[in-house]
Amino acid sequence: MAEKISIDAEGLHYTPLNQQIRAAVAAGAKEIVLDNVNGQRFIGNGLRGKDVRITINGVPGGDLGMFMSGPTCIVHANAEHAPGNTMDAGTIYIHGNAGDAVAHSMRGGEVYVKGNIGYRGGIHMKEYQDKKPVLVVGGRTRAFLGEYMAGGLLIVLGRGYTCPVDERGIGTGIHGGEIFIRGEVPEKHLGIGATKKPFTEKERELIRPYIKKYCIEFGIDDPSLFEDEYVRIGPASARPFAGKYTWE
Amino acid sequence: MPIGSTPPKYRVRIDNDRCMLCEQCIENCPYGTFRKEGNKILVNSRACTGCHRCIAMCPRDAIDLEEKPVDYRSHPIWTREAREAIYNQARTGKIILAGMGNILEVPPIFDRLLLDACQVTNPSIDPLREPMELRTYIGKKPSKVEVATKPNGDIELLTHLAPNLKCETPIMIGHMSYGAISLNAQLSLARGAAAQGTFMGTGEGGLHKHLYPYQDHMIVQVASGRFGVDIDYLERGAAIEIKIGQGAKPGIGGHLPGEKVDESVSGTRMIPVSSDAISPAPHHDIYSIEDLAQLVRGLKEATEWKKPVFVKIAAVHNVAAIASGIARSSADAVVIDGFRGGTGAAPRVFRDHVGIPIEAAVAAVDEKLRHHGVRNEVSVIASGGIRDSADVTKTIALGADAVYIGTAALISLGCRVCGSCYRGLCPWGIATQRPDLVARLDPDIMWENVSNLINGWTLEIAELMGAAGINSIESLRGNRDRLRAYMLDENLMEVLDVKTVGAGA
Repeated sequence: MAEKISIDAEGLHYTPLNQQIRAAVAAGAKEIVLDNVNGQRFIGNGLRGKDVRITINGVPGGDLGMFMSGPTCIVHANAEHAPGNTMDAGTIYIHGNAGDAVAHSMRGGEVYVKGNIGYRGGIHMKEYQDKKPVLVVGGRTRAFLGEYMAGGLLIVLGRGYTCPVDERGIGTGIHGGEIFIRGEVPEKHLGIGATKKPFTEKERELIRPYIKKYCIEFGIDDPSLFEDEYVRIGPASARPFAGKYTWE
Repeated sequence: MPIGSTPPKYRVRIDNDRCMLCEQCIENCPYGTFRKEGNKILVNSRACTGCHRCIAMCPRDAIDLEEKPVDYRSHPIWTREAREAIYNQARTGKIILAGMGNILEVPPIFDRLLLDACQVTNPSIDPLREPMELRTYIGKKPSKVEVATKPNGDIELLTHLAPNLKCETPIMIGHMSYGAISLNAQLSLARGAAAQGTFMGTGEGGLHKHLYPYQDHMIVQVASGRFGVDIDYLERGAAIEIKIGQGAKPGIGGHLPGEKVDESVSGTRMIPVSSDAISPAPHHDIYSIEDLAQLVRGLKEATEWKKPVFVKIAAVHNVAAIASGIARSSADAVVIDGFRGGTGAAPRVFRDHVGIPIEAAVAAVDEKLRHHGVRNEVSVIASGGIRDSADVTKTIALGADAVYIGTAALISLGCRVCGSCYRGLCPWGIATQRPDLVARLDPDIMWENVSNLINGWTLEIAELMGAAGINSIESLRGNRDRLRAYMLDENLMEVLDVKTVGAGA
C-alpha cells in the first residue's frame, strides 16, 4: 500500500471508518487523510503507530484519539467533546476550538488547540516516568480547568483575552503537574488545593518548546507568547485530601 | 478536653502452662501485641486487631482472645460503636474511615428467603447421574437468530453474536485492586478462578505482568481515575468493566493513600511512587447516560468490538431505572453492588448507611429490564455480601445471571474479617504490600483454596438445583417460584415478587 492514502468519510459510520484507518496503518500507510469528516466519534481510538499522521478534514465527533498510543492527528476544524481522552502517546493538533473535557485523564502525549476549549480541560491528567502529558490551549477555557490534575503540563496562552480563565474551580484537588496561564488569574478562581507559585526562568524554559510547537503548527508569530509573564499554579500539597479523614 | 482512653477492644491472654515460648506469636503479629520478657510472653492487648494470626499459628493453643472484655454500660441506642465514633470525632473533627463491609445489625434478606425442593409429585434430579448445566454466558444475547440452510443441509447462523464470557459456574470474583490487596492475593484469586473456568476482576489498579498468564480469565476495570488504563491493558482483559460505583461507598470516589503506592504498585497503576491515587467521585467524561453510552462504545471501538463491556453501579434507590439506562447503552452486562459490599476503606457513614440490599436491587432490576423488554439484552451480575452457595442460588432465583464474590474469596485465603485492611499490615498477606507479610501468602498453594471454595459452592448449587428439579441454571434465573419469604413484610415481598412461606404454587 502507498505510504499516503485518502479515505472519504462521507456518510461513513465511525466503526467502518476506524476499520479502514486500522487497515491502512497495518498495511504500512504513514499519511492518512480523512475527507468529509462530519461528527464521527472515536477517530483513532486505541490506535498504535508512532510515525502515523492522520489529517482530519471536517469536524470529528467526541473522544478523538481516545486511548491512542502514538499517532499524530491534525484536525482542520473544531473538535467535539474530549479529544485526547485517556490518551497514552501521540499528538493532536486542533486548528479551531474544542469542547468539554479536552485531554481528560490523558496519560501521555500532547494536545494543541488553536482556539478555545470548554469546561473541565485537562481534568485528571497524570504522568508516570517519561510519560508527561501536555495540553496547550491558544485562547481561553471555561471552568474546572485542570481539576484533580496528577501530573503533566497545562498551558493556556490566552491569546486575545486579559483573563483567559475567568471562571471558578481552577485546579481543584490538584496533586501533581502544573498549570500555566498567560494573563490575569483572580485568586477567587483557584480551587481547593491549588496555589500560585513563582514563575521563574526555569519554568519559562520548561514551557518554551510547547509554545514553539504551537506557533509552528498554527503559523503564529508572536514573541509575546515567549516573553510575557505566566501565572504558575500547582498543588498546595501532594495529599489534598489527607486532612479530611480519621480511622475507626 | 482529654476524655481518657476507650476500653480495649480485645483482651489477649497467654496460658503459661501451655506456652512453650516458641515465639511464633511474636513473629506473626505485625501489630506488636506480644513480647518476651524473661521466660514469659507478655501481651499488649490494645495492639490486637482480632486477626487471629497468632491463634492460628500457636502450636499449643496457648492463646485466648476475648472480644470487648470491658464493655460500656449497655444501652440499646448508645451502642459502643456510636459512643466511640463520637469520642473519635470529638478528638479529630474528621470523617471516620473504616474497613470491610456494612456493620448495621439488620437481618440479611437472604436469611428470610427459603428455597424449594421436590417431593413425590415432581421428581428431583440427582446431579451425580444427570448432567447439570451451570455454565453461564455473560454478555449480550440476540432477541432472535436468523439461520439459513446450506445446500448440503447444514444450518448456517446469519445473526452476528456479540462476544460473551463463558463461565463454567455462575460465581466470579469481584474487583479488588493491586494496591488494595497484595500481588500474591491477586495471583491466588486469578489462578483459582482460572482453574474453575471463571473470571476475576482487576479492580482499578492496572494489571501486573505476573497476572498476564491468567489474563483470559480477568476482567479489567476502567474507573474514574483511569489508573493503569492503556490500550494494552484493555486488549489483555477478557472483558472490560466501567466502575461507576461501589456498594460500600456509593456516590463517592476513592483515594489510595500515597504510602501504599510503592515501586511495584506505582508501575502497575502508572503513577509516581508515593503519589496519592485519587479516583474522583464521577467519571469526568460521564455526566449523563448518553456520556456513559459514549464511554461504553469508546471502549468497544478501541478493542474492535471483541470484548464485552460491563458497567458496575452501586445499588441505590433508583437502581432499576439506572440499570435500564445502562442496558440500552450498548453495555453487555450490568453489575449491581449491594450495600453489604466490602472495601479496604470507606467512610463509615457511607459503608453503613448508603445504598440498598442486593436482594431487593436484583429483583427490581430484573423486573424493570423485563418490563422494558431488554432483559435478554444484558447480563445481570450481583454482588455485595454473598456468603455461601445458598446466597448465590437465591440471588439467581431473584433474577441475576451470576454473582461476584469478594470478601468470601479473601476469607478462603485466611482473611478473618478483622476490618483493619486500612492499616496496611494484614498479617495474612492479603491487604498489605509489606514484603515479609505478602510472602506469608504463597499463591502456588493458596490458589487451591480459592478453587476449592468455588468448586464446593458450585457442587452445592448443583445439588440445590437438582433437589428443586432444575437441571439448568437458565431455569433457575429469575425463578421466584422457587423462593418463599419467611417473616418479610408484604411491601418487600412485592418488590422481590416472592410469595410467603405456606403459599402454594
